[in-house]
Amino acid sequence: MSDLRDLYQELILDHGRNPRNRRRIEGCAEAHSGCRRAKGHNPLCGDQLTLYLKTDSERVVDVAFEGAGCAIFTASSSLLTDALRGKGLAEARDLLRDFLAMITDENAAADPARLGKLAVFAGVRGYPVRVKCAALAWRTLEAALDGAAEASTE
Amino acid sequence: MNPPPDDAERLALGTRAPGRRRNEALLAEGLRNDFPIFRHLVRGRPLVYLDSAASAQKPQVVLDTLHRFYSEGYSNIHRGVYLLSEEATRIYEGTREKVRRLLGARETREIVFLRGTTEGLNLLAWTLGRQRVGAGDEILLTHMEHHSNIVPWQLLCEQVGAKLVVAPIDDTGALDLAAWTALLSPRTKLVAAGHVSNALGTVNPIKTMVQRAHALGIPVVVDGAQAVPHLPIDVKDLDCDFYVFSGHKLYGPTGIGILYGKAELLEQLPPYQGGGDMIRSVSFARSTFAPPPHRFEAGTPDIAGAIGLGAAIYYVESIGFEAIVAHEQALLAYATECLAALPGLQLIGTAPEKVGVLSFVMDGVHPHDIGTLLDAEGICVRAGHHCAQPVMERFGVPATTRASFGLYNTQADVDALVAGLLKIRELFPQ
Repeated sequence: MSDLRDLYQELILDHGRNPRNRRRIEGCAEAHSGCRRAKGHNPLCGDQLTLYLKTDSERVVDVAFEGAGCAIFTASSSLLTDALRGKGLAEARDLLRDFLAMITDENAAADPARLGKLAVFAGVRGYPVRVKCAALAWRTLEAALDGAAEASTE
Repeated sequence: MNPPPDDAERLALGTRAPGRRRNEALLAEGLRNDFPIFRHLVRGRPLVYLDSAASAQKPQVVLDTLHRFYSEGYSNIHRGVYLLSEEATRIYEGTREKVRRLLGARETREIVFLRGTTEGLNLLAWTLGRQRVGAGDEILLTHMEHHSNIVPWQLLCEQVGAKLVVAPIDDTGALDLAAWTALLSPRTKLVAAGHVSNALGTVNPIKTMVQRAHALGIPVVVDGAQAVPHLPIDVKDLDCDFYVFSGHKLYGPTGIGILYGKAELLEQLPPYQGGGDMIRSVSFARSTFAPPPHRFEAGTPDIAGAIGLGAAIYYVESIGFEAIVAHEQALLAYATECLAALPGLQLIGTAPEKVGVLSFVMDGVHPHDIGTLLDAEGICVRAGHHCAQPVMERFGVPATTRASFGLYNTQADVDALVAGLLKIRELFPQ
């Protein structure tokens, strides 16, 4: 399975096994407040998550998720929470855009400096059916930033 | 016994008919050579195909038949007054006879060509169901049904105000027959059950179920999609009222399936779709309809699909179900033993009566990761809910990995699966 190491790298396996920030943030309302909550659903495989996003006027103060699924999904959610904490809101949107481009667009050049650890997901592009697993937490983040209550990978 | 090919078969099969095959050929594991897909590499590796419950690969004789029909004998059926159309009609109708023989039906008019099992069940929901099921009535299902044997009945229930009643299964994935029987009531207007569960492999005691339902005058619909490729079927012996299956799981083309119905019951059913070929006469004031089976075959059917299915039946019968069952059961026993020995692996579906379907979960590894990791080894399995979400819910798992066998699988395929799972265990230690 040497070729699969592109996808199942140690960092992904680690975050898949021991996800960071898998917890609830109490008091999150569904839309437009300092603490937002959005739900994500992948109808193909049934993966579901709830993303909690606590912000002040400028940046992400805290971010956490609840949900369980495959290693790609879990690691992606976990690394999202790590990457987002303390980021400015505009920066968070940039990261979201860059991440989705990296896993879906062949021509997107992943900027390692900007994506940091998240560049580990570049390999998922070679497995189209698994792209949704990596994307779900990010689509849900998008919903949370937009003040929507729900996101789906469909 | 397998009768010699008739005229239609000779024309359809050409000169490359497989002929009678000795059963030992199966044990010698030579059937793989009949399937050209196995000559190709997948991800640079020999294909290990363990997803026949989703769809089966096609033998050369089916491909040749499709090619010959399209290149030498193609035209529409039931219409032309010319030789080509007569021949096409003869082969198409000849296939109906082959299906009749395969299922042990009494008459060819009891065999309806459709797109597949799903269309068959929908047809029955909207014709038989509408006739028989009303407000406050019940339709009895089992907990192991495929979505296609749930949703059409659910839609019907919503329309007429009826209710689905679901019989439980036990921890091995076998039907609780006593509980099922107890759920039959004067309100039960229809029974629908899978002959074999796609997610668990369980074989249901259809004959007993039919006897008990008939004792109360309730008609029985059997979803045979997972049974026909693996078991000899005799609808007379089962005495079920309707039986449906898909060609593509029986090594035939996609887009073709069969609805069997007892002649006297099919006679009573209204048309499902209107169009050409299903009518007796049409005027703007009123149309009258053809008798079964043509009443249910509106429009130009999948002619080539039907003829390809005929070739698939010919292929399967040339091997014989005795040999197929023996081979697949031996493989199932071997695979069950191998998988059960793997650390942290739990089989889902261990009923005493099973076909070659192995659903399982592994501690600490999600089925989708297993599916992707096996794919890299050239091993095709299904990962997910298998269109049987209630089964997943019953066993408290979001999804399983499923390996399922066809007649071309061998112990080497099982060994490859086991080796792949051991590697996954290394990547995801318990």
